[in-house]
Formats: sequence, C-alpha cells, structure tokens
Amino acid sequence: MLIKLSGGKVYDPANSVNGEVRDVYVDGGKIVSPDYGARVDKEYDLKGRVIMAGAIDPHTHIGGGKVTIARTLMPEDHQMDEVAHTELTRAGTGHALPSTMITGYRYAEMGYTAGFEPAVLPANARQAHMELGDTPMIDKGGFVMLGSDDFILRLISEKKDFELIKDYVAWTMRAAQAIAVKIVNPGGISAFKFNQRKLDLDERHPYYDLTPRDIVVTLARALIELGVTHPVHVHGCNLGIPGNVESTLATIRAADGLPLHLTHIQFHSYGTEGDRHFSSGAARIAELLNKNPNVSIDVGQVLFGQTCTASGDSMRLYAGAKHADPKRWVVMDIECDAGCGIVPFRYRDKSFVHALQWAIGLETFLLCEDPWRIFLTTDHPNGAPFFCYPHLIRLLMDRGFRQDMMQKVNPDALKYSSLPTLNREYSLYEIAILTRAGPARSLGLKDRGHLGPGASADITVYFDKADREAMFTKPELVFKNGELIVRDGKVIKVVQGATHVSRPEYDKAIEKPLKEYFDRYHTMRMENFKLSDDEIIEGGRGEIVVQPTKARTQ
Amino acid sequence: MTARDEGAGLGERPTSELYENVTCPFCGLLCDDLEISRTGSTLKVLKNGCGRAHGGFERTLHDAQPMVKGKAVELSQAIEAAAGLIKKAQLPLFGGIATDVDGVRAALSIADRSCGVIDHALSEGQFRNLKVLQSNGWIMSTLTEARNRADLFIIVGTDAHKLHGRFFERIVCTPESMFEDMSSKRTVVFIGEGLDTSAAMGPRIDEVITLPCKLDKVGEVLAALRARLRGTDLKALEPANDATGMVSGSKRTGFLSNLLPKQRTAKTPSSPRTQTIDGVSLADIDALAERCKNARYGVMVWAPPGLNFPNADLTVQIISDVVKNLNVTTRFAGLSLGGNDGVVSGAAVGGWQTGYPLRVSYATGKPEYDSYRYSIGRMLAEKEGDLLLWIATFSPDIVPPETNLPTIVLGTPGLKLKKTPDVFIPVGTPGMDHAGILVRCDNVVSLPLKNLNRAPLPRAADVLAALEAAL
Repeated sequence: MLIKLSGGKVYDPANSVNGEVRDVYVDGGKIVSPDYGARVDKEYDLKGRVIMAGAIDPHTHIGGGKVTIARTLMPEDHQMDEVAHTELTRAGTGHALPSTMITGYRYAEMGYTAGFEPAVLPANARQAHMELGDTPMIDKGGFVMLGSDDFILRLISEKKDFELIKDYVAWTMRAAQAIAVKIVNPGGISAFKFNQRKLDLDERHPYYDLTPRDIVVTLARALIELGVTHPVHVHGCNLGIPGNVESTLATIRAADGLPLHLTHIQFHSYGTEGDRHFSSGAARIAELLNKNPNVSIDVGQVLFGQTCTASGDSMRLYAGAKHADPKRWVVMDIECDAGCGIVPFRYRDKSFVHALQWAIGLETFLLCEDPWRIFLTTDHPNGAPFFCYPHLIRLLMDRGFRQDMMQKVNPDALKYSSLPTLNREYSLYEIAILTRAGPARSLGLKDRGHLGPGASADITVYFDKADREAMFTKPELVFKNGELIVRDGKVIKVVQGATHVSRPEYDKAIEKPLKEYFDRYHTMRMENFKLSDDEIIEGGRGEIVVQPTKARTQ
Repeated sequence: MTARDEGAGLGERPTSELYENVTCPFCGLLCDDLEISRTGSTLKVLKNGCGRAHGGFERTLHDAQPMVKGKAVELSQAIEAAAGLIKKAQLPLFGGIATDVDGVRAALSIADRSCGVIDHALSEGQFRNLKVLQSNGWIMSTLTEARNRADLFIIVGTDAHKLHGRFFERIVCTPESMFEDMSSKRTVVFIGEGLDTSAAMGPRIDEVITLPCKLDKVGEVLAALRARLRGTDLKALEPANDATGMVSGSKRTGFLSNLLPKQRTAKTPSSPRTQTIDGVSLADIDALAERCKNARYGVMVWAPPGLNFPNADLTVQIISDVVKNLNVTTRFAGLSLGGNDGVVSGAAVGGWQTGYPLRVSYATGKPEYDSYRYSIGRMLAEKEGDLLLWIATFSPDIVPPETNLPTIVLGTPGLKLKKTPDVFIPVGTPGMDHAGILVRCDNVVSLPLKNLNRAPLPRAADVLAALEAAL
C-alpha cells in the first residue's frame, strides 16, 4: 500500500533536508521514492505540519533489574499516575518509573520510535530483554556493561593478549544481545566491593594492577578494532563530585583521538569555585569537546521535580544515598560482574545545587557547537523522567522561555554558570539532529533516524506550533514501520518494535577459558549465561535486527 | 496452544535422553548444573541434585485430565467452562501464580482484562522483605558475589541448609574463590537455636559460631547488635526489647497500657559479662560486633519463609539497618534466600508490568496496590472476591486456601487439592514439561529452564492466553 504524506515541512538532517516542503512516500513499511504516476492508496494532507523521522532516545533506563527494583521501591511514584486499560492498551503506572507498557505507549505518544537501555549487566541481560520485550511500540536495544567485571579486570591487569580481550568483549555483546558497550565508573564498581570509596582516572584499583584510564582506553580500542559503530559509552569517574570536571577533561584527553562517547556529562561537569565550592565546568568541557571530533556526548539534563536515580554506579550512588528523598535507597554488589544503586531524588528549583545542575546541562547544550556529537537526554529517570523532553526542547529553542525559567531558580546558582549570557536558540533542524539523525548515526542504526528511501517508515508529524513544548508533547501522527500507531497524541494501534543488536566477530576459543572461569567461580553455567535469540523474540515480541559492523582489525 | 509446548510432539520424542546444565526450578537458588536423564516419562537426577531436586524431578507423574466439576472433559471444554466462570465474576482472584515468567505475564494480562486481583501463594514471606524495601531500602549482594567475596557469613534465624540443600556447598564452602589471596577462610555465624549447622564445614571454613536464641527472637539479638555497633550502652536502657526489635524503653502507663502485650519481667541488673539478650550474652554480641567490623565483606543471610513469626519484616529491617551501619567503615551486604515456586518472578514481572510486586487489584481498570488489602489469603478469609483462579505448576503442596468460592485450578498433576474445584486443568511444570524462565532469589539473575520432554502438558501461560481469548 503506497502512502503519501503530502505538503509537510521535512526536517531530515541525515539527508540534508532542512524544512523543505516535500512529499514523503511509504510502501511496505519503508520510505520509498515511487515511480512517477504510481497509484497512491492513502494520502495525508500535511500542509503546514513538521515532519521528522521518529525520535530515538540513545540513553534511557527503561529495562532491567535496577529499573524494576526502583519501580518496586517507589509505590508512591505510581499512585499519582495509575493508568486504566482500554480496548487497545494494557493498564499500568507512570510517572518517573513507568511500567513497561506505559513506557512504550508514552514514548510513542511523544513521537519516539526507539529507546536504548544503556546499562545491561551481563548477569541481568535476560531480565533486561524480558522487560524490553514487554515494552511495546518502540524499537529498543541494550548497551552491555563491562569494566568492573572481574574477568576483564583480570585480562587487563594480567596484560593478556589484546585479541583475547576483543574476543571477550564481542562474546559478551553476543551473550547479552547488546548493540554497544558501556563502562560505568571504570573499575570503580569493583573497587567499591573492596571498600574503596573513590577511584579517580589514574588511581590504582585496590586489588587489580590497573587504573580506570587503562580500562577506558582498552575498551575504546577494542570496540574500534571490533568494528562496532557506537564507540565505548562512558559513564566516567567521580559522578556528582564537585571538581569532577578535571577527571572528565582528563578522560577526553586519555582517549587521544580514539572515538569515545561520554554519557550524562552534566553530572561530570562540576567545578569547585565560589563560596559553596560548586560551580559549572560546562564551558571548559565544551571548549575541549569542540576541539576533539572523536568525542560525542549526551547531556543528562536535570529538570525539577520528583524522580529516582538509578545507576550501575554503586560506589557513587552509595555516596549520594544520604540525599535520598524519600529516605530509602538500594545499593547492590552483583555477581562479580557489576553493581547498582537506586536513590530517589527530588530536584528543587530553589536549591542552589539543583539549580546549578540544571544550568550546567543547558550550558552544555548551548556551548557545544556540533549538534551531531550531542544527544538530547535526561538520562531518564536520573536527571528527569523522559516525558519532560518537550519542555527541554523548548528551553533550547526559546530564549525568552529560558529566561523566564531562570527567574524561578535559585539566583545564586546562576552566578556560577555562564547560562544567563548565552543567547543561542536551537533550530528545528538541529533538534532533529539531536533527537534523530545524531543518535541513529552514532549507534549505527542504518535504516532508522532518517527519511531517505530504504529507511524504515518511522515518522512523526507535528503541528508547527510556536510553543515548542506543546508541539513536541503531542504529535499529530506517528508511524511505525509505515503503520499509523498514534493520532493526536494517543495510541491507536499497539505494535511491537524490534531489538537492535550488533555482532562483532570473535574466536569461539574464548569459551574455553570462560567456561573454566564460570565453572570455578560462578553460580551459573556459561551455557545458561548466554541469551538466545528465541528468548527475545518468542511470544510475538518483535524481531532482532542485526546492525552491521565493520571488519575486525588489529 | 503454540508450537512451543513441544510435548505435543511427544510421539516423536526419543525414548531416552540425557540433559546437561539443567536448571532446577524447585527452590529459589535455581542451581543450573544438574545432569538429568529421561527414560519415557521418568526423570532421574544423575548429578548435582539435592533432596528437593530429586523429589521434584523424580516425582511420580500422575495421570491427569482436564475436569469440570470432577468429570473428565476435553481441554477446550474446560477452558470454555472456566471462561464462563470468569465472565460471570465481578472480582475474580488470581492466586497461586506459582509459575514461570511467561505464566506470570499471562496471569497479569487476564487479571488486567477481567478486572481481578493478583497475588502469589508465597507473598506473605516475600512481603517481609518488600515492606523493608519500600520503607528503608537495603544493601544487597548476590550468590556469585557472596560465594567469591565473603569472609563472614551470618545466617539469621533461617535453616538455610534445610530450605536450600546446596546453599552451603555452592556459596559458603566452595573449593575455590576469586580472592583467596586476600581472605581464604570464612567464619560462619548462626543466630538462632536448632539451625542445621552441619553443612558449614570443610577446608574453607574457619570457625562456626552459634548464638542460640529462639528463632522469633533473632530480631532482639540483632537489635542489640545494632545498638552496640552504634555505640549504645545497653545497660542504660531498660532490659526488655520486645519481639519486634523495638526498644521498649518508654514507660507504659495510662489506659492504653492495658492494650499492650504484657512486658517481660525485667531481668535483674547484671554486668555485661553475664547480661543476656534472649539467651545470648552481651559479651557474645559484642564479640560478633567486632567480627562484623573487622570483616572485609560480610554477608547477612536470611530466607523470608524462615522468619516465620508475626512482624518478621521488622527483623528484616534490623538486618538492613545493621548492614547499612557496617558499610560506613567496611563492606557488608544482605543476601535473601527463599524465592521458591516462582515468587520472585511474580514480584519482578509484577514490578515491571504494573510498578507493584503483585497484591494488585485491577478492579477499577487501573492497577491499585495494597500489600494488606490485596492479600488473596486475607480476601478469601474475609469473603471478598467471587471467583478463585489458582495456578500451581511446581510443588504439589501449593494448594488454594479453603474457600467456598467457585474455583478454577491450573495445577501440576498430583496437586494435593483438598476439594474438587469447579474446573481443573493440568498444566506442565516449567523446566520439566516445557521451557521457561525464572528469576533467582537474589532478584538479579534469571535462568532458562529446559524442556525435558517429560509429559505433553500445556504451559500455564498458554492456557491462560486461551482463557483470555475466550472471554
């Protein structure tokens, strides 16, 4: 069936289309360029509307053990946002930690057609994929966590053959069905288990003969040589500590030209100036970032209200637990593999610290020159729940609105940030890069995030409203694989998205030392550790899309 | 039914087969290193089985057919009859839920669609933990982490060996661990009398210490430990701690005092050497406090079903407090065992699909959570609800509470029902009759269950889906 979306203004940065009035054609779930005179079966008249590819969230904690522990920890978060079932949709709960079905519906209703869970513990990958499997509407995928697991720490500290390290990384990606690799507080989660409370980039691990720098550089290089498109996704050292801007700058320099993605950089951009010894380091980060085209970032913007922080960073979340609001929190040491921390949090606009965090995030957005290397995230739910994205987009696009908001926050905080001096306003084209084209390119989703022929027909149609928050809150139409799934901001058809993975090559011989390791130390057999394709797709839970990797190199 | 209940092709299954790396679904540890042979419909555990595994895998396969009011019928007729009952019900109760992840998913789906209530048969124990999670939080470890890292295990009021036959073998007394160069020996402390300590042995075990107190008093002993860790001089307090672990130092006067339980007779003042807390000397508690502080990585172990006394959640809360206190200077974590019959999977799937760990009512169309109100045991006792659908696929002992309500049972053949339900549908055991997934007691790892081709019984998930489709 040939569908024509006619007369809309198209923003498709991957194909350099900037607001041109164009017709978009869809057939068989794909964007097509039909033969002249082909019969159109269904036409949507979209004059005056804005058309973009479906949005992609490259970093959102929506599935896996710690998210469900957070959900269970916070019943009061759901009680104010309980959602009844309809003929079409399942019941569930929302707000900061929405249940899986509600997560899928709400992303789609906001024009998103993909979301990536960035912290899949290998030991918990099966559950993460079960939760993502119960998240309808959107495509998804996971980044597997490495860098505090004892196997890799042993490989690196014992200076094992680099090919073996690459085999292990690729094997783990396959076992956990991941599309990318993430490091959380490199070595720090492991160090915390040895009662170390802080681990800076060049500090020696308390047990293994290595430093966080070694871990970052090793994994950055391993992923490049494995041909994985998304560079190593780094949640750096010293999350949330005033002065951590130094270790963030040092991490960028440590990459020394190797591709690197620094995630929720806002939480890692803190200086120590002023009476409170807490100030913005965003300008210094942006300056170095602008000079290092090998580095991309996402922001992890803070927005005000109740949320719950949830991270693999057990070390830093334990340190932050004294700020829990409400006063309950969870920290876990997990399987000689990783860890997690869950600390409820309420960001208050009148708080000096929270207002400064808010300002630092916005500063980062406004100071980074290349929109292809910065992605729009709140690190859901850590900085704010994902449903706040439209508000954030308006803050970026509307200087007057931003100034109004600045009037409401702690005025002292703004003295330690350059935010009040920044006049930049993002364009729709740039927003389309931040929320579609950039993440798709970075993650290596070859047929998502753009509207060129051959792309999956994931399309969002907005009314072109001056109030950008209203515009992005409620799209008029959302298509997933060419099917209309949302109309006027409401789900009208429930579909199941795909799971994206990438599968770099590895030598199967890695299973010999791994099996021995599992048998000696683990409580799970290596054979059962690996997650099969069937486990992900059985029961009508979508398909697996294997995204291409480049050839492995040495 | 889908093609997945491979049992349907039973005619073609080989007469005998050998299975390796089999996950045992009969306790929350989910040991996955079993070797099992099948001859016809008889399974035999060849390697790595505990008593519970042998009992579960090797139990007699009873003949079972779908029944309506005690009469054998076709599966489709049973489904039709059951769907009729659900359609008539105003507030159906979906209980038991002793099934795998897919079974819980299907149960939540039909409970949502039919505006029912959903709760697990073993929730009572699990909520001893969940109440603490939802009020206090905690610091926890997992099986592999504890196995490799712990130099001190404190077993709290729980007969871990009896409940989990391989806990000591696999976690505590392991021949190897990852950090032997740091601490190769382990101390095991049992708090509570009459616990089976026999499995805490072998070259890895340094000392085994028991602090004998009545099992329902472990909270008091821990409360004293907590007090000593916080530097409180217990002599300054009135001696009586009640069973809840709350220090009842305040005077009980006025008319309300009549409503309170009688205070224990105060012990005669004594020196710290001889002062005891429920049979455990303060000196021993102080010694334990020192051990805890000096441990590199201590693990406090309990099983919620082991703490089977009123208000046991307050004991779990003290465990959480003690662990949090110790983490100020060293590393310590809790490790909760239990988790049998899919109870952890129930809370996990409930958690991700509704935000709540079951005990959820969909009566208004929205999920509403109340850990007291939506206990199906309580609801049946107080004659709430008008239909019970009970799911029990693992142990034949998970039977519905007594009720006069119309009852539908999706059960393992041989389920020890006390009376004939209106509809009985025999279903397979995940990990024997079909494949599946369960979440382990530590709430992190989930394991695949194999289809051992024992019997051509349908999956509970598929029966529930068929029921929902028939509504």
